[in-house]
Amino acid sequence: MAHESTYKPSTGFERWLDARLPIPRLMYDQFGVFPMPRNVNYLWTFGAILMFLLATQIATGIVLAMHYQPTVDGAFNSIEKIMRDVNWGWLLRYAHAVGASMFFFAAFVHMFRGLYYGSYKAPREILWMLGVLILVLMIATAFMGYSLVWGQMSFWAVTVITNLFTSLDTLIPGLGTMLVEWIWGGFAVGEPTLNRLFALHYLFPFLIAGVVILHVWALHIPGSNNPTGVDIKTKSDTLPFHPYFTIKDGFAVLLFCILFGAFLFYAPNYLGHSDNYIPADPLVTPAHIVPEWYFLPFYAILRVIPDKLMGVLALFGAIVVLFLVPWLDTSRIRSVSYRPIFKWFFWLFVICCIALGYFGSQAPEGWKLLWGRICTIYYFAFFLIIMPVVGLIEKPRRLPGSITESVLGKPSASAVGGAA
Amino acid sequence: MRSTSKLFAALAVFAMALPATVHAAGDAPEIEAQEWSWAPPFGQFDKGQLQRGYKVYKYVCANCHSMNLLSYRNLGEPGGPGFSEAAVKALAAQAQIQDGPDDTGQMFMRPGIPADRFKAPFANKEAARAANGGAYPPDLSVMAKARPHGPDYLYALLTGYEEAPDDMTMSRGMHYNAAFPGHQIAMANPLIEGVVEYTDGTASTPDNYAKDVTAFMMWAAEPKLEERYRVGARIMLFLIAFAIVMYLTKKAVWAPVHKRDHSEETKT
Repeated sequence: MAHESTYKPSTGFERWLDARLPIPRLMYDQFGVFPMPRNVNYLWTFGAILMFLLATQIATGIVLAMHYQPTVDGAFNSIEKIMRDVNWGWLLRYAHAVGASMFFFAAFVHMFRGLYYGSYKAPREILWMLGVLILVLMIATAFMGYSLVWGQMSFWAVTVITNLFTSLDTLIPGLGTMLVEWIWGGFAVGEPTLNRLFALHYLFPFLIAGVVILHVWALHIPGSNNPTGVDIKTKSDTLPFHPYFTIKDGFAVLLFCILFGAFLFYAPNYLGHSDNYIPADPLVTPAHIVPEWYFLPFYAILRVIPDKLMGVLALFGAIVVLFLVPWLDTSRIRSVSYRPIFKWFFWLFVICCIALGYFGSQAPEGWKLLWGRICTIYYFAFFLIIMPVVGLIEKPRRLPGSITESVLGKPSASAVGGAA
Repeated sequence: MRSTSKLFAALAVFAMALPATVHAAGDAPEIEAQEWSWAPPFGQFDKGQLQRGYKVYKYVCANCHSMNLLSYRNLGEPGGPGFSEAAVKALAAQAQIQDGPDDTGQMFMRPGIPADRFKAPFANKEAARAANGGAYPPDLSVMAKARPHGPDYLYALLTGYEEAPDDMTMSRGMHYNAAFPGHQIAMANPLIEGVVEYTDGTASTPDNYAKDVTAFMMWAAEPKLEERYRVGARIMLFLIAFAIVMYLTKKAVWAPVHKRDHSEETKT
């Protein structure tokens, strides 16, 4: 929440710095006394968890890049060399690979939380859109990072995904082919492709870090949403960020590290695909080309549509539609907890996303294809039909008069119920 | 909050369901899980088993399969078969390695040293194919991670040779294997009773060969497994202890707020 600065430089150096580059003031105002709604639950700790994960990915990635060789003949073996001969290389490499899965898991929780509590609604539209932009950058980064392993799945994932652009040939003959050859830097996926994927994989995390700064900036103007979706009204609705939320976030990050560590130390390859331990071979196509688990819902949407161009459009549409959510939701209130009808559609949407993940891992045929299509239709209907329509016809439950009231669990005489 | 716990429950189901689906693709036969000495979280490799497994690899597998990512020195490194320095030198010296060029520009052969990679049976992929009826014997360095079910699959494959069912027509030069996807494999049953002689009292049976060489391949694919478990145990213990302290600190920091709420609740 934008608020008057209460920072008082206490030493001579702080006064000197405050007149020149007021970083202590920024930190004090935005991370020290910043007013947080006191009723936010543990789902609000995933922002901090994601910050931690981004830092971990960048730190491990930079060291891995010191040992990695982006060449067709050397890539796979250089990673094995990291695993075998580089000091702590196995830890860095597995932390980076498992970290990507953890990153997406945390991002999905963060996004479902935003969807459930209406954190995208005014005045947080730009905040939400920056978040979706981070997701787009994450998808690109993870895809490029996975390709660097240069195993069978890496190679064929790059082949399949870059070939999506050839679908543009049906619009303007030759356009797609021209585009895809430009992306490859040749006439097939090869060394120039691997080199540019590596260069961009190193660049993108810093773009993400940049957008994260904007995301936090946009968050700190209206301040955090909360489980009731009711705006902050008085000072008693809030607690300063430090120490209440630094300690809570710290605890949550530790819990998340335990989950991370369980995979990292005891099942580092559990979330990966065994085919990626076979070096890339352009002459042998794997029986089933499947992406990493976090892309499976999108992959399902791509494959259930019989037309290639339409499939590609649906794939991109599934993400583009997220940008429009702030304007598709017509509800007067934010939190789904107080929306008796929409609540059902929301949970059905969560199930639908999980089901799409399952169908993405399966061959698209028979009942799985049919249900994959039904889920795809529901995915888009949820945003394009249910969100606008239910918001208009639904009568929300009575909201608490204030955050303090919701915490104390009783309506106070002064509070007026209903939509705030 | 009620809805929070519901969301967590849904996400937990999500997390658990995913890996199962990721590996579901494919039509491979059922693979039975075995009990291995290196099972997490505290498992270790059995040094004797790795040494026997190396012997099976060396006298049977290595006739066709390379292991390009391994060096002889690895055989003496911690967390592995634990051969002595002298033994590693002797094992390396048994291989003739091409080196050079020398001062006159000629390549020459010399006995192997611990820093050399395991000597490959064929000069290149084409030579390997030519010698094996067109089938390429894959490199075994990371084989234990490169197939679904990993070591369980390797053991099932090595012990899966059977008579082909009467209604199945086998292609020329192919062998029936219950564990292999499609059941027709180019590799003939490599582990015949007595093909390698064990000297440590272990029975020289195909079942033991299969178990031991699978263990060896698992170590070859994950040479840092023991270190990973050991470091993991320490870090997990630290994280859990730290999390408990952090939880108590969090409770203490928030206690005045909850106390104030409580007094306000009783006041009004």
